[in-house]
Amino acid sequence: MRLALGALAALAVAASAQAGPDEDKLVIDGVEIATEAQAPEGHPLDKLYSGWRFRTDETQALQMDDFENPAMVAVEYGIELWGKPAGASGKSCADCHGDVSELAGLRAVMPKWSEAAGRPLTMEQWINWSIETHQEAEPWKWESQEMLGMTALIGLQSRGMPVAPDMSGGMAEWQERGKEIYYTRMGQLDFACATCHEANAGYMLRADHLSQGQSNGFPTYRLKWQNIGSLHRRLEGCVKDARAEPWKSGSDELVAIEAYLATRGAGLMIETPSVRQ
Amino acid sequence: MRARLIAIAIIGAAGASAAAEVAPLAVSFTDGAVAESLTGVAGDPAEGRKAVFTRSMGNCLACHQNSEMEEQPFHGEIGPPLDGVADRWTVEELRGIIVNAKMMFEGTAMPAFYRDPSQAIRIGKQYEGKTILTAQQVEDVVAYLATLKE
Repeated sequence: MRLALGALAALAVAASAQAGPDEDKLVIDGVEIATEAQAPEGHPLDKLYSGWRFRTDETQALQMDDFENPAMVAVEYGIELWGKPAGASGKSCADCHGDVSELAGLRAVMPKWSEAAGRPLTMEQWINWSIETHQEAEPWKWESQEMLGMTALIGLQSRGMPVAPDMSGGMAEWQERGKEIYYTRMGQLDFACATCHEANAGYMLRADHLSQGQSNGFPTYRLKWQNIGSLHRRLEGCVKDARAEPWKSGSDELVAIEAYLATRGAGLMIETPSVRQ
Repeated sequence: MRARLIAIAIIGAAGASAAAEVAPLAVSFTDGAVAESLTGVAGDPAEGRKAVFTRSMGNCLACHQNSEMEEQPFHGEIGPPLDGVADRWTVEELRGIIVNAKMMFEGTAMPAFYRDPSQAIRIGKQYEGKTILTAQQVEDVVAYLATLKE
């Protein structure tokens, strides 16, 4: 028995030695982007780490060179759409917004309160609002290549800027609702988001190195998907993994979780479009 | 005639074991342990071993390292290793931990493998009315774990 305990202790040491993020630095075309941040006071985590720090060297490398980053195909498509007239107005995004770089910083404050809607809107919802209101065109589907191209392109303008959502006013309620869901254990497996991404971040869950579940890299190119995908698609996968009934993309619940995730990751740098496993 | 009698006896035994199966809500815990077999049928360690590594069954390897099945790739690190687990826990305690570990370890990440599905929040449609493991699979896993001595 004592021997068994000794062996256990040795195993525990071995596990803790590999647990946690690696020490690699994210440098994209010569520009370093910080992948960790000190958590503000009262935050459930001591230090915040980008999901990039939990990935293999091979996956990390794909994000370190924009020519290697497979999400850049979507960005190229986004550029094409940006200049393309659409709808009854015959206007393109560029006609009103000018160069897409004018939207630098926008991704970092998502989701953002809309006075008109009386609720927060995610980047996808803002884009569709503008398409319907300004272009007078048909809105895009959440996971369409058009939407992913545009969210990737607009998000890229904020790459390297800190996540800084504004949770004042009506946002507080949404953030609180998101937090409530984050800590609710659900599904046949009875997992909350926090079960894996707070209590066990850094450890291996079968073949997966659990990250903190940060949202700063979305939309992300996921190797498993062989495609770029939205945060809501990823959240759907997580909920299904707990064998719970997923919410639909764009649902109030997922918007609330997105709002809460933004506050959990405040201070981390936007990495859109990131590359993950 | 003899063959028919044996067949009747087997059917009788199967019928009795099904009737004797303890429903999830009827499982009785004492300090986190479950003394009574859930089925009255001895667990099969070989079946239990399979349930431990198979992702659609127990998938215990998702969280637990287990030297006895090194041929299986990817052992998790969330829970303690299974090595020597039978030295640390009795069969009754192991059964209790598999059925619902929260009865022994409050707040543990470990799922309850034989919990009444109505207690789950927002359970996925395809899992409605189902426990993660069947009563017999729990007994099989317990029988396998009981072999893990150092």
